[in-house]
Amino acid sequence: MPSNNFFGKLTSDALPHVWYTLGGTAFMVLLGAMVALFLTKTNRWSWLWKEWLTSTDPKKIGTMYMLFAALMFFRGMLDALMLWVQQALAAGGQGYLTADHFQQIFTSHGDIMVFFVTMGFFFGLMNWIVPLQIGARDLAYPFLNSLGLWLTVAGGILINLFFVIGGEFANTGWLAITPLSEREFNPGVGVDYLIWSLQLSGLGSLLAGINFLVTIIKKRAPGMTLMRMPLFTWTSLCAMVLIISAFPVLTATTFLLWLDRFFDMHFFVTGFGGNQMMYFNLIWMWGHPEVYILVIPAFGMFSEIVSTFSQKKVAGYVSLVCAAIAITLLSYMVWLHHFFTMGAGANVNAFFGIVTMVIAIPSGVQVFNWILTMYRGRVIFASPMYWFMGFISTFIVGGMAGILLATPPVDYQVHNSLFLVAHFHTMIIGVALFGIFAGTTYWFPKIFGFTLNERLGKRAFWFWLIGFYVSFVPLYLLGMMGATRRLDHYDAATGWQPLFITSCIGFFFIASGVITQIIQLVVSIKERKKHLDKTGDPWNARGLEWSTSSPPPFYNFALIPTVTSRDAFWQMKQKHSSPKRLYKDIHMPKNTPMGIYIAGAAFVFGFAIVWQILWLSLLAALCVIALIIKLSCNEETEYVLPAAKVAKMEKLRTHADAK
Amino acid sequence: MQTQSDVKVFGFWVYLMTDLILFCVLFATYIVLCNNTFSGPSARQLFSMQEALTETLLLLVSSFTCSLGMLAVYRKRKVPALLWFLITFCLGVAFLVVELTEFSHFLAAGAGWTRSAFLSAFFTLVGTHGLHISVGLIWMLVALVHIGLRPFTAPSISRIFRMALFWHFLDLVWVFIFTVVYGMGHLQ
Repeated sequence: MPSNNFFGKLTSDALPHVWYTLGGTAFMVLLGAMVALFLTKTNRWSWLWKEWLTSTDPKKIGTMYMLFAALMFFRGMLDALMLWVQQALAAGGQGYLTADHFQQIFTSHGDIMVFFVTMGFFFGLMNWIVPLQIGARDLAYPFLNSLGLWLTVAGGILINLFFVIGGEFANTGWLAITPLSEREFNPGVGVDYLIWSLQLSGLGSLLAGINFLVTIIKKRAPGMTLMRMPLFTWTSLCAMVLIISAFPVLTATTFLLWLDRFFDMHFFVTGFGGNQMMYFNLIWMWGHPEVYILVIPAFGMFSEIVSTFSQKKVAGYVSLVCAAIAITLLSYMVWLHHFFTMGAGANVNAFFGIVTMVIAIPSGVQVFNWILTMYRGRVIFASPMYWFMGFISTFIVGGMAGILLATPPVDYQVHNSLFLVAHFHTMIIGVALFGIFAGTTYWFPKIFGFTLNERLGKRAFWFWLIGFYVSFVPLYLLGMMGATRRLDHYDAATGWQPLFITSCIGFFFIASGVITQIIQLVVSIKERKKHLDKTGDPWNARGLEWSTSSPPPFYNFALIPTVTSRDAFWQMKQKHSSPKRLYKDIHMPKNTPMGIYIAGAAFVFGFAIVWQILWLSLLAALCVIALIIKLSCNEETEYVLPAAKVAKMEKLRTHADAK
Repeated sequence: MQTQSDVKVFGFWVYLMTDLILFCVLFATYIVLCNNTFSGPSARQLFSMQEALTETLLLLVSSFTCSLGMLAVYRKRKVPALLWFLITFCLGVAFLVVELTEFSHFLAAGAGWTRSAFLSAFFTLVGTHGLHISVGLIWMLVALVHIGLRPFTAPSISRIFRMALFWHFLDLVWVFIFTVVYGMGHLQ
């Protein structure tokens, strides 16, 4: 049961006192101080608050998601570096990390990369592009969008807070597997940090999922039927369906784990009739759909990119939509392939093995469609196309490895080995991350009004691709040779060290890629005058998002377009049609600080419950309820932009463009 | 053309489905663990059908009065609306009182949530439903104040409608709890 102290389990021992927590704390304080100093010097506090933090504009919320995900990406990269160096050094000896510290690092690496980096980038891109693609001015629930962002950020802060207070993170692997994550084996706050960070960010993802689903279903422009939607919107819709049906399972499962830990319940413990394997089933019923939440949006982005840069319509639109839907449905039926070795029996394993292999069919359909889209197209090899070509190679390698793992007898040999680690990194880096980089390069000019530097973009791509293969091919080999995952040291006689060192060298290639991308961003901003996008359509592309200016006005479209076919903007360009400028009043959502307030209170609740400070968690929960009640009393959440003002603003804008 | 209220109601339906999935997880957990009594009391020894039936009747009647309240809201008649929702609120409170009494009996008999995995699952499933009922009651209280102080507008009617949806949804979940937990427990 919880402790009775005023500050719960929080004592002065929780303050940082080892090198990495001291370093992490110093870094965070320094970073915060630098940002604060910059804002004060340039007098930008109120600008930040009014224009950004309280904004309900999906383009701005998208940018904040991207920035947050990028920040977390560096954090996750740092973890990766520490893991790789340890494994390169640890033949026969101890390396430089203790086993416990090593375990905490791979746990936080996994959670951060999945929940905050990949999902953060995708939500950022969806916020940028989905409303524009369907011809909408904003999302269905602008306030919930802001709340979703801030809950995700609250979760992100909580997962990093252990540097400052507590000094330990979970050492259980990213899914907090039982019974290791139970209080008996993990009495500290590390697992609680993990649980509550995932609860907050999971709630944020769920809200965003509902929001985007309703937006795509209900807010499409007239004439935009489902089968005329751009493919990125389609795959986003599929991912949102997965989020809505899977994330409640995560919430419930981690909640049960917390009940075990806090209220001394017995869901997943070894005694008292608990059932630890139930945890594996539940967490993977969420976890497998989650894997597809990470890759399906990338499929849609690549569909649009390959079509744009091949300068023809995508081959087999209907089959691509069917493939995305098939993958969505199948992803619910394969969770058990994550633990064939549990021993559920030959028939059960065979069922799940076969369903898993069936997923290769829609995946194959997609690959052929993309390749056929290029066939007889006039392919322009811009940097998004480079990412696309790289992705085709990694997707095929990763998919083949997946088929191998889906075969239960093979899986028994390579289960929990580095072969598996190499497989899912091939999917998450080679599909999700490459998709994110391609999509960001492709849509960046739409949001910021200038294109990114192509030469540096291509250079970054080569660093990434080479680095990826140098890092992960050795891991496939090591897995085949019997190296299990999560090894903090191994016997020198295994002869594995050269491969581990090669893998570590690959990291430095990838890191060079990341540095090149940062330079690319800086150089592009400096040279933005040279690369301004004045037409709103820098790639001669096809979707509605390119029919408005770059960057779009805050209301996206002065006139909601009417859609008559797929590739709506392409058709408009062919017909040279420009709609009559009869402006109407525009209803826009007001900015609101409530999202940040509620997420703030939820963060305090999470922190208090991690440390079992009961009065504070009660207070924070009451705050959340009070804020929601206050919110419900405010019925004036929108304002009207009169038609005359829209006409004036449009005139000014087009005039400025013509200049 | 869709109004903003239609969009909100649709989104609320989607939210209810996510909540339903959450309950599905708890139901599945309960079904897996309901025989793991670890030589503690079993469902048959513990549950009294009288209490469960009382709770069921209270909730079912509250759903009925909630609908009557909703009808009054559609006719924009304040006093009947206030009255019916107040009755619904009282029935909800009565439900919670009976439930908490039942819980305290179990605790007094040494059948707390720490006794066995079966009891952990029972308290979690039924308790989560009770927590939802509490949230529904707070919402109803706020709605009562809103109805009393403000005129009926399209957004406010939509908001009360969503509250009523939530209440009926909880009733539905309870029907399953009654069947799966109490009914099947009695038949063991």
